[in-house]
Amino acid sequence: MKRTAILWRLASALVAAGFIAAWQLVANLKLVSPVFLPGPDRAWAALVRGFSSGDLAGKLIGTLEHMAYGWFAASIAGIALGALIGSSRMMRAYVAPSLEFLRPLPVSAIIPVAIAMLGLTQGMALFVIAFGAIWPIMLATIHGFAAVEPRLYEVARSLQMSRTAIIAKIALPSALPDILAGMRLSLTVALILSVVCEILAGLDGLGHWVLLSARAFRSADLFAGVILLGATGYLTSIAMSLVEQRLLAWQTAAR
Amino acid sequence: MSLDRAKPLLLPLALMLAFELWARLTHLQSDSLAPPSAILAALATALADLSIPVATRDTLFAAFAGLAIGSAIGLALGIAFGISRPLDRLMEVTVEAIRPIPSIALLPIALIALGFGYRMEIVIVAFACVWPMLIMTRSAVRSIEPRLMEVSRALRLSAPQRIAKIVIPAALPRIFVAFRLSAGIALIVAVTVEIAINPIGLGAGIMLAQQALRADLMLAYLVWIGAIGYALNMLLIAAQRRLFGRAALAGDNP
Repeated sequence: MKRTAILWRLASALVAAGFIAAWQLVANLKLVSPVFLPGPDRAWAALVRGFSSGDLAGKLIGTLEHMAYGWFAASIAGIALGALIGSSRMMRAYVAPSLEFLRPLPVSAIIPVAIAMLGLTQGMALFVIAFGAIWPIMLATIHGFAAVEPRLYEVARSLQMSRTAIIAKIALPSALPDILAGMRLSLTVALILSVVCEILAGLDGLGHWVLLSARAFRSADLFAGVILLGATGYLTSIAMSLVEQRLLAWQTAAR
Repeated sequence: MSLDRAKPLLLPLALMLAFELWARLTHLQSDSLAPPSAILAALATALADLSIPVATRDTLFAAFAGLAIGSAIGLALGIAFGISRPLDRLMEVTVEAIRPIPSIALLPIALIALGFGYRMEIVIVAFACVWPMLIMTRSAVRSIEPRLMEVSRALRLSAPQRIAKIVIPAALPRIFVAFRLSAGIALIVAVTVEIAINPIGLGAGIMLAQQALRADLMLAYLVWIGAIGYALNMLLIAAQRRLFGRAALAGDNP
């Protein structure tokens, strides 16, 4: 079983290699102007060149920093606020509907407001990223808290646990799958908003790099940046899966 | 009962009232904040002089065109991958390599290839809409009751007939849920592209208002964009209930 899975994976990688070869062919035959579409060879060369000169690494670190700070801030604030709202029936009745109302708002629309308040600064980017990333986490936490098995609460009451103890020992662990799912969703949001903020505010990062490359029609550098952004999205999501598996191991074991 | 209904409204109303009072009492002068009354006035003016309606039309046109193209591609691929397991496995690495690219990263590529305007926005929206549609359609098709497929085989339906008569109707409720999610994504991506770079639509309108230091107009745009997002979501949820009833709700948490 395991063996066939590896074989399929290999075949699938071969198909992907075939697509890259086709891309190379299209670029070599100049079916699309090389100004727009560099071949994979040129994109790869640009990637290597960018890293060996240190430019690209600096931009990558810039984007990762924006993403990480905003996302961590959003995670902490989102879980705290979500726990506060989710653990009280009164708050759920009064506050949660307003939050649900705000959910479909395209978060990028907050960018102009943030620019007006904070200017084209690093702080503006962090505010926007955190603001965008907080929603999935907070709503998932509220949902997770609301869905806790009621009998667990009864047990807690008969044990005369304090509210903080109930949150830490019962509600948080039981809501953890929801919270982690929200955090995973937020990771994507944080990456997208980082790129947008870098484009708008000219902050050091991959977003700024791809925009400058496009303006100068350096398409190989542009594709190198886009490939790196794809890799960032892929690797952060894999890292999140690993964390999820580890943290939720007790749950799968119990089932 | 009526009190329960009023509860959700209490918080926003109280906040707005407090803000209005505070703004009046302090004679607020700001580039980033404006009292709710001024925001409503700016919204009414911008609606009357047609600047917001025109911008809304531009944004919705780009969002829906991208949604139509992207979800058609996602639907076709999703059905193909859902029916044929070998095809799905062969394409796995390719899909995994392309999907994590943030849609907005394609912006500069679309910009140099297509220039400013509808076309580049539509392409980016379409790219963003393909993935949720593909993934959810694939899992919807895969979870079709196997006996239905046996029936189609027993009736010797051809492949196109099988897709049109069995696969699509059976998977439709969950496909619609995917479509609803994609529609939300389409609007978000369209507005984001406009804010970042494209000089059309609501996103460009809100950026212009910010650059003109018109806090009231900027916040009016923000409120309007929020209202559009909310209305679109409500409309699609209502359509989903109406078309599929309980069947669709079951697919909401795959």
